[in-house]
Amino acid sequence: MSLRILVGCKRAIDYAVKIQVKSDLSGVVTEGVKHALNPFDEIAMEEAVRLKEKKLANEVIAVSCGPAQSQDVLRTALALGADKAVHVEVPAKEYETLQPIHVSKILAKLAEQEKVDLIILGKQAIDDDCNQTGQMTAAVLNWPQATFASKLQLKDKEATCEREIDGGLETISIKLPAVVTADLRLNTPRYATLPNIMKAKKKPLKKFSPKDLGVDITPRQEIVKVCEPPKRQGGGKVASTEELVERIKKLGVN
Amino acid sequence: MFAIRNIGTKTFRLCRNLAQKNVANLSTSTDTINRSLYNFSDEEVQLKETVGRLAREKIESKVREMEQKGDVLPEIRQLMFDNGLMGIEIPGKYGGTESSFFSSILVVEELGKVDGSISVMCDIQNTLINTLLMQLGSDYLKDKYLPRLATDMIGSFCLSESSSGSDAFAMRTSASKNGDYYTINGNKLWISNSKHAGVFFVMANVNPSLGYKGITCFVVDRDTPGLTIGKNEDKLGLLASSTCAVHFDDVKVHEKNILGKIGQGYKYAISILNEGRIGIGAQMIGLAQGCFDKTIAYTRERQQFGQRIFDFQGMQHQISHVATQLEAARLLVYNAARLKEAGKPFIKEAAMAKYFASEVACQTTSKCIDWMGGVGYTKDYPIEKYYRDCKVGTIYEGTSNIQLNTIAKLIDAEFK
Repeated sequence: MSLRILVGCKRAIDYAVKIQVKSDLSGVVTEGVKHALNPFDEIAMEEAVRLKEKKLANEVIAVSCGPAQSQDVLRTALALGADKAVHVEVPAKEYETLQPIHVSKILAKLAEQEKVDLIILGKQAIDDDCNQTGQMTAAVLNWPQATFASKLQLKDKEATCEREIDGGLETISIKLPAVVTADLRLNTPRYATLPNIMKAKKKPLKKFSPKDLGVDITPRQEIVKVCEPPKRQGGGKVASTEELVERIKKLGVN
Repeated sequence: MFAIRNIGTKTFRLCRNLAQKNVANLSTSTDTINRSLYNFSDEEVQLKETVGRLAREKIESKVREMEQKGDVLPEIRQLMFDNGLMGIEIPGKYGGTESSFFSSILVVEELGKVDGSISVMCDIQNTLINTLLMQLGSDYLKDKYLPRLATDMIGSFCLSESSSGSDAFAMRTSASKNGDYYTINGNKLWISNSKHAGVFFVMANVNPSLGYKGITCFVVDRDTPGLTIGKNEDKLGLLASSTCAVHFDDVKVHEKNILGKIGQGYKYAISILNEGRIGIGAQMIGLAQGCFDKTIAYTRERQQFGQRIFDFQGMQHQISHVATQLEAARLLVYNAARLKEAGKPFIKEAAMAKYFASEVACQTTSKCIDWMGGVGYTKDYPIEKYYRDCKVGTIYEGTSNIQLNTIAKLIDAEFK
């Protein structure tokens, strides 16, 4: 079994950065702010590379949709073990309104073009927390999906996936080709070794525009306002556990 | 009572944010023409970020333990090799990273922000051992040792002795010829990396009557009979970096293990140390920056007399002065490194970089303790370690006075 795997790599603001809302409330400050590969996409990349090392896959393709800087995360993906990278270039202005609905169509088109057997995406991006792209991509392609994967096993043309759901863990079996989205505990991503970082520049990187793929990225939504969450109010102090229980009961919690 | 303990983790996060912000501005993806010394190739940015992350996430938590044990943990040594940090310029065909000298400098600097001992271990391997072998090694020596140095073997450079430090050429270790073997006798002192080194590059004199023109560089395996590692010096700082005596009692080495040419060792030592001191400069600016970042984060939290101590004008003036010195030191180091890479003359600039960076590191860490106040004096905070670790910077790989001599000589020559 030699699968071809497509991995989604989004360039998002680094998780350690203190987010600042723009003064005009139109979005968050991204200029000059440290960005990195979305942590869940890192986990997706790691899973794909491990499948290649287990000889279950023979090609891993990293894809990123975004402005020119998106190539940074593609280079990271290549250094982590992707064989080739695809950059779907979306100019900065249009990128502000790019939504999972558009990205899912782009990924679907690329999956068909590259004759991919498995798409692994991060469960969500840490900037918008949409948690939609994986599900939408599967729907566009009419492929089965296994989201919030915490374990993935492949055998012949079938994938057994353990999912982290609200009630606990669910194990499902899906037929390939399929879409899997990676959750936190799927694996612990490796660091790109320095030799691999140097070798990555020799790997191929193709560029497309959404138009080349026949995808219309006209915005379907308008962002009305982005603002900080309300400042956290201090708690109160009570004199005894009995009083605490009374207070909790009054709030309507049983 | 201000919860001082809690400042630790918050401080850490704050300096991470600062480090993030600085690196974000270094990406060349959207730059037009940036001729500043902060102009890095995409690979250099990636290497710098990756090593910075690796150091903070994997090494930093083990630093105190390694200092207490007086040794680098085996898993950290393995981590360095596995991630390609010990063979940065070694070509891919030998299993190395195949990157540039400037990349080594960036790696040594990033490691220095976290631990001086790890940084110097990486610096010696890359800028002294690997470079000597790649520049001067026969195919036999390169094929034998480069793959090992890239993947699992540490190297040591043996020059100094008890009676020859700055006066290196007064060394007494001798190598007498017996057929196609040489027998080395002598005692080397202050040898870094020696505790775990698998190979030693030993400077010995094959013909003392020729003076320094008899000094020859021998590549000696650790398990050669007669080679013993002596006691590890009990130092002020860099405690996790081994600094042992290495004794040679009738150590037989085949002539094919001679690096370069007989009698040229003195030249090799000088030229490699000219480059190596840029690496020490990088270690020093790393140490200074790591210490500075943690301290500034603290001064922005700590309050006295109803305000942040950072907001006192006296503090601000001191902080700005130190930051300026540190910036200047970094630029000297980067510039010397770029000159060397470009094949331009760089000896004066390298000497200036090492001299200035080491002196600045000492001043910076000393001021940082002042700014931290009482807690800066305790081992609960990492600041005092930086202070102790950087002191040797003005001494090893050419003392400050020797650097000043070198610089003066070159200035004199410029006016001829």
